[in-house]
Amino acid sequence: MAKTLTICIMEPPYESANSTTSMRIIDAALQKGINVNVFAYEGAVSLTVKDQKPHPNPVHGTSVEEEKHPTTKELVAGLFELAKEKGVKLDWINCGLCVDERGAGNWIEGPRRGGPADFHKWVQESDATLVIPTK
Amino acid sequence: MGRYILIESRDPYESRDVPYFYDLAAELATQGERVTLFLVQNGALASRKDARGDLLGRVLQNEVPVLVDSFALRERGIEDSERHQSVKPAEIGSLVDLILAEGGTKVLWH
Repeated sequence: MAKTLTICIMEPPYESANSTTSMRIIDAALQKGINVNVFAYEGAVSLTVKDQKPHPNPVHGTSVEEEKHPTTKELVAGLFELAKEKGVKLDWINCGLCVDERGAGNWIEGPRRGGPADFHKWVQESDATLVIPTK
Repeated sequence: MGRYILIESRDPYESRDVPYFYDLAAELATQGERVTLFLVQNGALASRKDARGDLLGRVLQNEVPVLVDSFALRERGIEDSERHQSVKPAEIGSLVDLILAEGGTKVLWH
């Protein structure tokens, strides 16, 4: 039976390397056939916002296409694709109150709404839990 | 005896919190707990052997295994020759393996 890792992330997108490292850990776990629960809390609920747009880089003089600026919504969508490909579960909950506060409710396909009680349940059910806080 | 994975993400020169985290790793080992320290992000800067202050000295003296994210080393241009040889490079997947190796493992991120 596949193991399950629960990860709580709190960092908003484009803020620090925590987001990148979180994605790398989730990716590595899915690649290994491990089910992953992600509880996106506080600013991390914006990682999956559908309205994110890549931008050109005026400093480098590059266009949107040349810059290939990755958005976190695309990275998360890729993780859902990977989970499907590997036949494992990626369950992603965005904290509902955090979403409402930020008006950040327009998401890509995949995440669902929940609350800290879901995180508590996951912690009890999972093989391990990792909390990645903000500074 | 418990098992702990301590993950340090911060530059050791950024704040005094970081040496406290190293001390926590060393102290847990002193008390007989099984501890691994995994350096990620700017935490990788502590792996340089010429870094001032013997940052990881107490951790290594207490035989705490110290691993450093290979990706973080590459990002920061830290070559093998610059790394403290007791600090071993590891892929991020190794961190996942460590976290899930045994039930009841406590994982702390700083």
